[in-house]
Amino acid sequence: MPDERTLEVRVWRGREGGHFQTVTVPRRASQTVLDVVSWIQRHHDATLSYRFACRVGMCGSCAMTVNGKPRWTCRTHVDKVAEGDTLTVAPLANLPVVKDLVADMAPFFDKWAKARGRFVPESDAPREFHTVRPDTRERQAADAGIECIGCGVCYAACDIVRWNRDYLGPAALNRAWTLVNDVRDTGNDARLAAVAGDAGCHACHSQEGCRTHCPKQINPTASIAGLKRATTAAALKGRL
Amino acid sequence: MSGASTSGWPARSHRGYLAFAVHRLSGVGLALFLPLHFLALGTALNGEASLDGFLRWTDHPAVKLAETGLVLLLAVHLAGGLRLLALEFIGWRDWQKTAVAVTAGFGFAAGLLFLLNLGL
Amino acid sequence: MTARTETRLWLAQRGSAAVLALCVAVHLATLIYAVRGGLSAAEILSRTRGSAAWLGFYLLFVAAVTVHAPIGLRTVLREMTAWRGRSLDLTMLLFGVLLAALGLRAALAVFA
Repeated sequence: MPDERTLEVRVWRGREGGHFQTVTVPRRASQTVLDVVSWIQRHHDATLSYRFACRVGMCGSCAMTVNGKPRWTCRTHVDKVAEGDTLTVAPLANLPVVKDLVADMAPFFDKWAKARGRFVPESDAPREFHTVRPDTRERQAADAGIECIGCGVCYAACDIVRWNRDYLGPAALNRAWTLVNDVRDTGNDARLAAVAGDAGCHACHSQEGCRTHCPKQINPTASIAGLKRATTAAALKGRL
Repeated sequence: MSGASTSGWPARSHRGYLAFAVHRLSGVGLALFLPLHFLALGTALNGEASLDGFLRWTDHPAVKLAETGLVLLLAVHLAGGLRLLALEFIGWRDWQKTAVAVTAGFGFAAGLLFLLNLGL
Repeated sequence: MTARTETRLWLAQRGSAAVLALCVAVHLATLIYAVRGGLSAAEILSRTRGSAAWLGFYLLFVAAVTVHAPIGLRTVLREMTAWRGRSLDLTMLLFGVLLAALGLRAALAVFA
């Protein structure tokens, strides 16, 4: 006997000044939120815009706001998050809306660049290979944050990003921290200057919204705390 | 930026957010109270009787309750601050997950002790 | 305000917080103890009158608070309201001056 249960889904349409459209969707076993959004686009309204790619929890493209929280929709089971028989899906918070469920990731990556989240090699090719031992404190600190795929969930979850337009955000700062701990990198003076101040690591109040929601269990709060220590050391040495 | 407009008020139920909110509210409360506190103590400049007169006013139970509240704000702001200093300068440790609970515990303990000592 | 200055402000806030941790611990213990059996001016002043130690303690306390509170308030106002820039910074500085003046007056009031 076919499953005749239904789900009432409120899905955001339009840009910032848009509205929620309510659609009734058939409920299936092991259904994910991405399945629901795809069903709406294929069977109900072909004009719905949304992003996805791998659909197996590797790329982070499908990140959206589900019942108020930022999540990967391909890895979010409807049974776990539905409030009764209802679901609300909106684009990622703290970013401009392109259309419907698609957020503009440009500001997110602009801040990544502003935080100097880019490896800076030595100007000349080194004579010896750098020895990067996996058990050193620096490498362990870098490894703890290196798995970030730039999905934007932490950025959407962060209150400081919401209150402070210039705040670089947890992902950009986390990336900066992994590079601060990369012994091959030579760009740390400029990087520490870039991540210091009211728009940088010092604006973090350790609410841990980032850590709570990160689908890869990364802890940007800890990385940002590391940046606070590094910038403190630089400031005290007069190098900031 | 979109944020609250498309998704409503963001859901904030995690522990770290509560710790932050309490720390911020207590800080603002204390900052506003402080000038009044200094002014009250300054009445001693007009002699002991003047300060005593003020202290008699504070005998009122409602004021005693407010004082307990202030002690609570101070204790909880201190404990929350210690949690932040540990988090930021000692670095991440697993026991820090319970730090929020410890903070709250200390705050309430101090407030309770004050209340008990008041004889209320 | 440059990132460098903002970092220094943050450091001053954390540094004063560490000093306040000690001062507040002493203060909390003192007042919880002193409030037993009611509080009177005589009780407070008998401790603080002519005591260089208490004066020194309270002056340190006032100094730390004068640094800590305005920097903290500045952050709160910048995040929760639209107020920022030079006018906010100046107002917070003035608030610090007010705290210093009133605090010094209070410390001397119970010492003299």
